[in-house]
Amino acid sequence: MTDSVFDVERIRKDFPILSRELPGGRPLVYLDSGNSSQKPAHVINTMRDHLEQHYSNVGRALHVLGSESTEAYEGARDAVAAFIGAPGRDEVVFTKNASEALNLVAYAFGNPVGTDERFRLGPGDEIVISEMEHHSNIVPWQLLAQRTGATLRWFPVTDEGRLDLSGLDELVTERTKIVSIVHQSNVLGTVNPVADVLARARRVGALMMLDASQSVPHRPVDVAALGVDFVAFTGHKMVGPSGIGVLWGRRELLEAMPPFLGGGEMIEAVWMDHSTFAPVPHKFEAGTPPIVEAIGLGAAVEYLTGVGMEQIRRHEHDLTVYGLEALAEVPGMRIIGPATAEERGGTLSFTIPGIHPHDVGQILDDRFGIAVRVGHHCARPLHLRFGIPATTRASFYLYNTTDEIDALVRGLHHVQKVFG
Amino acid sequence: MIAESLYQELILEHYKHPQGRGLREPYDAEVHHVNPTCGDEVTMRVKLGDGGKVQDVSYDGQGCSISQAAASVLHELATGTTVEDSLAVVDEFTRLMQGRGQVEPDEDVLGDAVAFAGVAKYPARVKCALLAWMAYKDAVVRSSS
Repeated sequence: MTDSVFDVERIRKDFPILSRELPGGRPLVYLDSGNSSQKPAHVINTMRDHLEQHYSNVGRALHVLGSESTEAYEGARDAVAAFIGAPGRDEVVFTKNASEALNLVAYAFGNPVGTDERFRLGPGDEIVISEMEHHSNIVPWQLLAQRTGATLRWFPVTDEGRLDLSGLDELVTERTKIVSIVHQSNVLGTVNPVADVLARARRVGALMMLDASQSVPHRPVDVAALGVDFVAFTGHKMVGPSGIGVLWGRRELLEAMPPFLGGGEMIEAVWMDHSTFAPVPHKFEAGTPPIVEAIGLGAAVEYLTGVGMEQIRRHEHDLTVYGLEALAEVPGMRIIGPATAEERGGTLSFTIPGIHPHDVGQILDDRFGIAVRVGHHCARPLHLRFGIPATTRASFYLYNTTDEIDALVRGLHHVQKVFG
Repeated sequence: MIAESLYQELILEHYKHPQGRGLREPYDAEVHHVNPTCGDEVTMRVKLGDGGKVQDVSYDGQGCSISQAAASVLHELATGTTVEDSLAVVDEFTRLMQGRGQVEPDEDVLGDAVAFAGVAKYPARVKCALLAWMAYKDAVVRSSS
């Protein structure tokens, strides 16, 4: 399948929801995959089959179902590890979502339970993020700074929507313990220059984490090649189910970190007054995990691998080039983010003068069946930086077409007519 | 289609040409209400006069057409009436908005505000319509106390 020409019409047939009609007979134009993606039949069927034929708890049941369920769950870990080029399968920790993965790492810092110097954090130490982060890569670090007295600092964003590295050496210093930035912005589409930041982090001995929620679904991501320490992403944005996310971390670091949540499955032995902990990744997977969701994520990466991540990246790049040009036709259009498709994903956020994004989104939906996201997309500081309360965001995925972008542009012309 | 019932001409008119917009002196109470899910906000001032009169309702804000038009309509309906009558309109408007499109609006009480009836069918937008009205209720309570 990977060496064939990318056939978007055939891809669309894999996603049952894309052929449904909305009330009033409108076709669905789904341009909200940056929010959550749709699911192919392969994922849906794999999850249903597991529930119908193999379901049981994992890791602790000795019967046939227990062993089949465990095998499928751990098989999903293998699939995810291979998908992101993880050096070891044990470096893949299943979480609830990317937010939990980010919180897990933040919680390892300044935690008296941990003893490793690299995770010690207190007054005088610094955490570096950026102004283009999703709230999930801001708030956990704010909370960490409040708990420990460490200082939170951030990269500014340029007018073009790129990470401003001009102050890199002043920002990332010997005081920095961790740099955590987004790989691809969920608002701007910007793909950040990881290597430049990482080189500086390494020079000063800081750890580096990437929020890859918007990159892993859309382009080939090889964590070993990236060279960072931690990567977080989520299943539901990459044709998998919600309720399952991933933390990848270098094994040696995961082993040095204290546990996050306590409970069943994450222990080695428990006494009334203390416990010892299971080896990674189980140390970080307290309680019954989202079993079927993890298996669904395994099916999702199988599906994406079958299509080919490089093919997907190229298709979305073409859509981005087309979309940037098509939207420019709309009078007054202001794109928030890079104006060209270089180092940029298919996330187009914009404003139209005099019309609030909620009104844009409402009319696109009601009248044309076009699903976009409106608001601040969980990146309020970024919107403040651009002096706007909200944007309308169209985000593309492997199943989107240029026809759908044309429909969006027609829809926007209509919106302008209503408010003209 | 459906959008046309939400975006009534009257709502669009108030959005494009808001009535009584801008914060004015004197006032008895000022409140600031926000809708955290969408960032819409309104600042509202109320000046009460003798005999339970609402002397002035002035406001400023930003947000979608529904939230801003609702503030404009509220200004028209409340200014010059009595606290008692205006709160009766607020109650009827709230009942309509929270009725999921099943409530038959009392046009005699609501006046122009009846144009918002379509909003009740959009749960995500009800808060937009109610923002200024809840702020007004809050400001009146603070003015009287």
